[in-house]
Amino acid sequence: MWKTIVRRLLLMIPQLIALSILVFVMAKMMPGDPFTGMITPDTDPARIEELKEELGLNDPLPVQYVRWVKNALQGDFGKSYTFQRDVASLIGERAMNTFWLSFVSVILLYLIAIPLGILAGRYQQSRLDKFIVFYSFITYAIPTFVLSLLFLYIFGYKLQWFPTGGSVDVEAEPWTLRYIWSRFYHILLPAITYAILGTTGVIQYLRSEIIDAKTMDYVRTARSKGVPMRKIYTKHIFRNSFIPIAAFLGFTITGLLGGSIFIETIFGYPGMGQLFVYSIAARDYSVICALVMLYGFLTLLGSLLSDIILSIVDPRIRIE
Amino acid sequence: MSYKKKKRYGSKGRPRGLKVLFREFKKDKIAMMSLYLLVFFILFVFIASLFIDQETLMRINLYDRYSPPGEKYLLGADQGGKDIFGQLIIGARNSVFIALAITLITGLIGIVVGLICGYFGGWVDYIIMRIIDFFVTIPSLLFIIVFVTLVPKYSVATFILIMSMFLWTGTARLVRSKALSESKRDYVSASKTLGTGDFTIMRREVAPNLSSLLIVELTLNFAGNVGIETGLSYLGFGLPPTTPSLGTLVSYANNPAVLQEYWWVWLPASLLILFMMLAINYIGQALRRSLDVKQRLG
Repeated sequence: MWKTIVRRLLLMIPQLIALSILVFVMAKMMPGDPFTGMITPDTDPARIEELKEELGLNDPLPVQYVRWVKNALQGDFGKSYTFQRDVASLIGERAMNTFWLSFVSVILLYLIAIPLGILAGRYQQSRLDKFIVFYSFITYAIPTFVLSLLFLYIFGYKLQWFPTGGSVDVEAEPWTLRYIWSRFYHILLPAITYAILGTTGVIQYLRSEIIDAKTMDYVRTARSKGVPMRKIYTKHIFRNSFIPIAAFLGFTITGLLGGSIFIETIFGYPGMGQLFVYSIAARDYSVICALVMLYGFLTLLGSLLSDIILSIVDPRIRIE
Repeated sequence: MSYKKKKRYGSKGRPRGLKVLFREFKKDKIAMMSLYLLVFFILFVFIASLFIDQETLMRINLYDRYSPPGEKYLLGADQGGKDIFGQLIIGARNSVFIALAITLITGLIGIVVGLICGYFGGWVDYIIMRIIDFFVTIPSLLFIIVFVTLVPKYSVATFILIMSMFLWTGTARLVRSKALSESKRDYVSASKTLGTGDFTIMRREVAPNLSSLLIVELTLNFAGNVGIETGLSYLGFGLPPTTPSLGTLVSYANNPAVLQEYWWVWLPASLLILFMMLAINYIGQALRRSLDVKQRLG
């Protein structure tokens, strides 16, 4: 068990190095330098040269790369010129917002998907099953931004059930009950959208797992022993079918990260995805690099998490 | 009778796998309807776009700003007074064209790389698979956006190439896993014993056996690419603003006033994207069902 996890962690190192090299090359391709926004036409070119030498921008690329990695490991990603503050603290704030959004989304996702998957699998070919299959087809096919906009239009503007932007009511005092409720209320509509878009995978997997399990030997044995059908489902089939679903968690997180760019932009939610789109438009390259690196790291972490969960719940696939 | 049939679909005729696939597909009425609708829609869009002059279409005409549907234009006008209907047609044509181009490019790369990996195996496979693994773990959407903003002479062609660069790995993986099991079959070793060249075996013997699987994969990729292209254009990182695009039309809804008051600017484009995505995906999934013996309609 532990051997598997350590192996898997070691496997991540070359991937992280490759990712960091790619981001570094990307950063070097970007126009501008750390002084963008600090230089006026009056600045002496000699002084710029001096600053460049001081920061080591004239060093050979591998030296610069090693220094960049060292700084990044200490949480120093430079300064954002549009916000005039440290990239790390800027992203940290946004990352918390994105974290809460993803957290609520994942809970809603499983709350919707697990009952639907179970019902569809258990009552296969019934009208309910057909409806659920149809639902999961629609949510699979609809692009994130189209569904988000339709929801924002219908529930935000037409019905006015939800706020249409921001992460908290401006009037709310920090950390009162009203503040926490307001934050949750702002998260709810984007999280529901998110959750609905993500349900397809879980529903389809759960459904086909249950359908496959119905014809398994252990189910037939249980039935011939005279175990009631209800008990066979709750005690035998569901327990086995949940195994792959547990492993889905990591991939779900990875999927949520990609979608956050659209969802946060549309719902005006100040998270990392919105920051990314803003930084691209503002050509704020230090923030872009840090965000790409962070997204890549989190994606790797997501697949690591999935593999670890899978190796815990299913001993057969452990690496020898 | 049976002799005749054998002649028509014998070893030199059409691949059997494809025939079975289409026979099964024809039984799915909704899928057939989606296919007819989609083909009709694409033909209509391509033919109609021949009669639309893009320059007159994109000329700003403030007098017609937010003109509602039915007054001067069939579907109204946007904030620049540009006809929505014309933009929808050109935009849909562009989306279909771009998505098709990306699907073909990524499909070709995927098939070639996948076949080489799966057929040869060994260290070639190992190295290429590590590269593919890496591509799978990076956040490709972010990289596409960054590259789109970095490329100096940005055009539709560079957009297609950047997208293709990041989207070929899925097909390659699929083809590889299938080719891996296929090249262990007897017919491949028999062919090798006869002295057939490796690339001839790959092209003429292994590849046709993957054809039905590839049709499913490419159809679903096509749908996915329509989604990604319109999505990126929506964010403003896709087609340049001077080119009419469905994503750009939808992006006008980022302005709350447009979203609430001028629904004709963004809603038709959203519904059109939805229609294309649903139709193509349905066809793809019906094809996949036809491929799966367990799920055949009988």
